[in-house]
Amino acid sequence: MSEHTNHWIPICRVHDIPALGARRVARSQGAAVALFRAADDHVFALLDRCPHKGGPLSQGIVFGHFVACPLHNWTIGLVDGCAKAPDVGCTTPFAVQVRNGEVSLDAQQLRTLAIDEAKAAA
Amino acid sequence: MLRDNTPMKKMKLVMVGNGMAGVRTLEELLKIAPDLYDITVFGAEPHPNYNRILLSPVLAGEQTLDEIVLNPLAWYADNGITLRTGTKVTQIDRIKRVVRAGDGTEAPYDRLLLATGSHPFILPVPGKDLPGVVAYRDIADTQAMIDAATKYKHAVVIGGGLLGLEAANGLMLRGMTVTVVHIMPWLMERQLDDVAARLLQKSLEDRGLTFMMGAQTQSLIAGDSGRVAAVQFKDGTQVSADLVVMAAGIRPNTDLAEACGLHCARGVVVNDTMQTITDPRIYSVGECAAHRGIAYGLVAPLFEQGKVCATHLGQFGIGRYTGSQTSTKLKVTGIDLFSAGHFMGAKTGKAEDADCEEIVMSDPFGGVYKKLVIKGDKLIGAVMYGDTVDGSWYFKLLREGRTVTDIRDKLMFGESNIGANLGDTGHQGRSKAAAMADSDEVCGCNGVTKGSICKAIKENGLFTLDEVRKQTKASASCGSCTGLVEQLLMFTAGCDYSGAPKLKAMCGCTDHGHQAVRDAIRLHHLLTVDEVYRTLDWRTANGCSSCRPAVNYYLLSTWPKEAIDDPQSRFINERSHANIQKDGTYSVIPRMWGGETTADELRRIANAVDKFKIPTVKVTGGQRIDLLGVKKEDLPAVWKDIGMPSGHAYAKALRTVKTCVGSEWCRFGTQDSTQMGKDLERAMWRMHAPHKVKFAVSGCPRNCAEAGIKDVGIIGVDSGWEMYVAGNGGIKTEVAHFLVKLKTPDEVLEYTGAFCQLYREEGWYLERTVHYVNRVGLDHVKKKILDDTQGRKALWDRLQFALDGEPDPWFEHHQAHVDLRQFEAVAAPV
Repeated sequence: MSEHTNHWIPICRVHDIPALGARRVARSQGAAVALFRAADDHVFALLDRCPHKGGPLSQGIVFGHFVACPLHNWTIGLVDGCAKAPDVGCTTPFAVQVRNGEVSLDAQQLRTLAIDEAKAAA
Repeated sequence: MLRDNTPMKKMKLVMVGNGMAGVRTLEELLKIAPDLYDITVFGAEPHPNYNRILLSPVLAGEQTLDEIVLNPLAWYADNGITLRTGTKVTQIDRIKRVVRAGDGTEAPYDRLLLATGSHPFILPVPGKDLPGVVAYRDIADTQAMIDAATKYKHAVVIGGGLLGLEAANGLMLRGMTVTVVHIMPWLMERQLDDVAARLLQKSLEDRGLTFMMGAQTQSLIAGDSGRVAAVQFKDGTQVSADLVVMAAGIRPNTDLAEACGLHCARGVVVNDTMQTITDPRIYSVGECAAHRGIAYGLVAPLFEQGKVCATHLGQFGIGRYTGSQTSTKLKVTGIDLFSAGHFMGAKTGKAEDADCEEIVMSDPFGGVYKKLVIKGDKLIGAVMYGDTVDGSWYFKLLREGRTVTDIRDKLMFGESNIGANLGDTGHQGRSKAAAMADSDEVCGCNGVTKGSICKAIKENGLFTLDEVRKQTKASASCGSCTGLVEQLLMFTAGCDYSGAPKLKAMCGCTDHGHQAVRDAIRLHHLLTVDEVYRTLDWRTANGCSSCRPAVNYYLLSTWPKEAIDDPQSRFINERSHANIQKDGTYSVIPRMWGGETTADELRRIANAVDKFKIPTVKVTGGQRIDLLGVKKEDLPAVWKDIGMPSGHAYAKALRTVKTCVGSEWCRFGTQDSTQMGKDLERAMWRMHAPHKVKFAVSGCPRNCAEAGIKDVGIIGVDSGWEMYVAGNGGIKTEVAHFLVKLKTPDEVLEYTGAFCQLYREEGWYLERTVHYVNRVGLDHVKKKILDDTQGRKALWDRLQFALDGEPDPWFEHHQAHVDLRQFEAVAAPV
């Protein structure tokens, strides 16, 4: 398997994301990607769909490196996109690069990763 | 760390005993300090930790031995614990700090935990060592009884307490004829009064048990085979017995402790940190420990001890165990029995009990007997036979020491009439879990059946309501079925139900309860969430989705105009100022004062529906219009086009003021209810509260606005307005309480505002007014609102101050701290 080199595309600046909050990145194909900014300014990216019933994780309350899904309050880890036990299920994480306050995502992932999952309306 | 990166050597913790109290302590320790100790456990029994309480269902054939293991061998291995089963510790050397076992091995310790439990008291009568005479304490005893039941006919159980009756029931179910011998005049005299005990005895006799009350055992007589064959009593009579079960009490195992010089008095004496008072390196928990003179034999206190002990072993040094209230539940299927606190009341005959009062409900033919003992204005004891649905509620009242004077006349009729633990719907109107089939749905929100809850409790060794909620989701959503889930816990887990702890922490981030946090915010004039977390030693840096919204609310309501709202600490609905729907779209509900609108407003709404292609238009119960399916990006534009104020349908704030047409139009109207409703709404809209608030105003006692189920309900009468408070129309319909009769609309505004401000300042986040008033008592509300005129006016002034200049989030985005970035998705440039 050949080594995958990331092709980073700048998306926004870190401070465009509310601290302990998120922004949605709309894609032409597939559900949106949620960009989270933790209190320590660490940025994470997950498919904006909760593994439970597809809720928009970008709208949840962020604490530590977790987000609470706004629909039914599942706790989802921002690092791996997985629900906290005893809930079970994971959503897809996306690779993120932060350089000089600028947040970038991988172009190929944006185009092709998890595009089959049903799009949430709006 | 040493230079060569060798990790610091761990301290050694040795535990003597491998039972429920000790292992729970280890579990709690591993949660908070997993790498502090190398742990070695010595257990005299050949088994890993099992649920001793469930030996009764095992004996009765309702569960198997495999099912009651709490910590299988793999658990010890996974946690790096060295387990020595079947190995009894015979000596503790406190000077060398070493324990020595019967097989000659030794284990050094830095800290020692004694959890040696109890041994059954064996009557010192001739014949006590004959084959066929067993105690009822462990798996070996239980197995012996099961075997005996297959071969022999007659059993005698000595001891008519909790354990003896469970043993008798189990043996009878396995086909033996059983006689129970009890030296006291009635059964279970430690938990029951004579009336309940006789009802119990009758029930058990109907099932086939025989009782000999007041009988004193003299000796056990052997038969030809050498096995026991009869029990002889002091009065000369005899009863055949192929199996004799000694269930006459337990004594703490203190020999080991006494031999090494630890002070013992009915148990190894420990202080509030669970350290022995003799040697601070040695701790003790469980049945062998005596704390403030009491050695507990029920599981809930032992788990509380374990938690405190773990904080000290883990070097956190903050926990204190101050003793426990206990309750008892007999685990005989089909018999409902509950006892807690000082159930004898004045019947003890002691002078200090003379002022105890009793409320008794007795229906002998119906098989129900309930007694509540009240002293002063508090509930201090309860015993219930035949109907124990409210057991956990009475126990809660007992533990909290809450005054019951204002609910005294309804107290006997149970929580379903007053409090909060069983909602009206979602469980087919059942209130007795015991009578439900396994396939019956208990939790209507999450579709969880009784069978799945019981299975989860057994398979996962669950003991508390929180654990059941996490594991099964039952009672984790609306909470309507909580009372049923508690009942299932009581008889499946066999946990002597301790209910929620007396002081419930806000969430997992802290040990502080809501009141402590509210008080600290006031006392220290805290203004931000971060300040609160630092001042109160929060365990997490950013809190969690439970505490952050609560703390944010407490700050804003305590210090209006000083504390600043943090949108990232609000739930989604209050952050977007719209209600999120299941597909990620939102609903928009503009405000219609008192439920009235105009042609112009309706046209603007209709135009917005067309322009933004909003899929559904619905009329709400709150007398306004709901537009569903609005995309998040369109929200600010929809608000602008419609141009009506926010309806706050998404907020923990004043929602609506429902009205019926009063004297303006209606032939029966005694007062102008629509105007009163509008005045109330204009005065108090934008008022945030611990939870949503709903008012209604009716024009006459026909009450067409349904004011009787509102947080504040105003009903016009010929000479003025009646005010009712703390009603609720949702999960559990509650009729509002009459508060006061008022003369003028201004009075209605002042009293309503004062009540709401009291609720805002004292309520705990997510309490509706009904829960708040249940907690503090209606008398407290009356004192503050009716009796204290100055106080009432001050409350109304404070509310008006807080509301003055409060922005409408739909239009004044900046002042309302609406982060507009949330409405714009970032486009990915691919």
